[in-house]
Amino acid sequence: MSLTKTERAVIVSMWGKISTQADAIGTETLERLFSSYPQTKTYFPHFDLHPGSAQLRAHGSKVVAAVGDAVKSIDDIPGALAKLSELHAYVLRVDPVNFKLLSHCLLVSVAARFPADFTAEAHAAWDKFLSVVSSVLTEKYR
Amino acid sequence: MVHFTAEEKAVVTSLWNKVNVEEAGGEALGRLLVVYPWTQRFFDNFGNLSSASAIMGNPKVKAHGKKVLTSFGEAIKNMDDLKGTFAKLSELHCDRLHVDPENFKLLGNVLIIVLANHFGKEFTPLVQAAWQKVVAGVATALAYKYH
Repeated sequence: MSLTKTERAVIVSMWGKISTQADAIGTETLERLFSSYPQTKTYFPHFDLHPGSAQLRAHGSKVVAAVGDAVKSIDDIPGALAKLSELHAYVLRVDPVNFKLLSHCLLVSVAARFPADFTAEAHAAWDKFLSVVSSVLTEKYR
Repeated sequence: MVHFTAEEKAVVTSLWNKVNVEEAGGEALGRLLVVYPWTQRFFDNFGNLSSASAIMGNPKVKAHGKKVLTSFGEAIKNMDDLKGTFAKLSELHCDRLHVDPENFKLLGNVLIIVLANHFGKEFTPLVQAAWQKVVAGVATALAYKYH
């Protein structure tokens, strides 16, 4: 699965909007993840997961920033996320099923915040993009 | 079997009462076909599905989306017995329509996104969580009679 030129343009353009609320979206995405899929909390026994906690906000920012890195290097996502890919494979070892859950929650946040911009086309491009990001992050698992 | 608290039922019903079923149904089915193009395999006779705008504007997609979401409304009225509510539809989807149950999950999540798109801030993490339970319950119920 690779991103077409049109999809890349749509993704980059949508990122322009997302980046204006990056931290809030990151935090909200994690809140949505932990509310809808409580089993994902098992990866964060060391965190204070109350909504608005400093750790949640910091981690949310981190996650969205990494997505941003992938957007900025959209022509070479494996290169941009090489270190993160290793981290997930050898240290974090988050089960691959969870990337879909996180991606879904990110899309829900974006859809809620940018109703006019999150067209069917943008939805499709971003769903595909996050799927590519997830593949890169799980590429070295075995 | 999925169990809903009184609070979850209230949250779900309250949002559902504000949903324009015709509009949301068309939007959800349309987005399913756009975001996951392989799902178009079930709709060969729907005419022009050649682009996102063609799909979203397609009258057959809108009509069928409305039908699907209207049926979904039955789930909201019967959250304590989704399997019973969808027993016949489950048989239909298996025996006549031959739909892989994975598609129910895809549509459920697309519906969640459509609701988020429409309701914005009101679609809080807690509201989403209740709705994720509903769509998961419906998906399970629709797959229940498969054999």
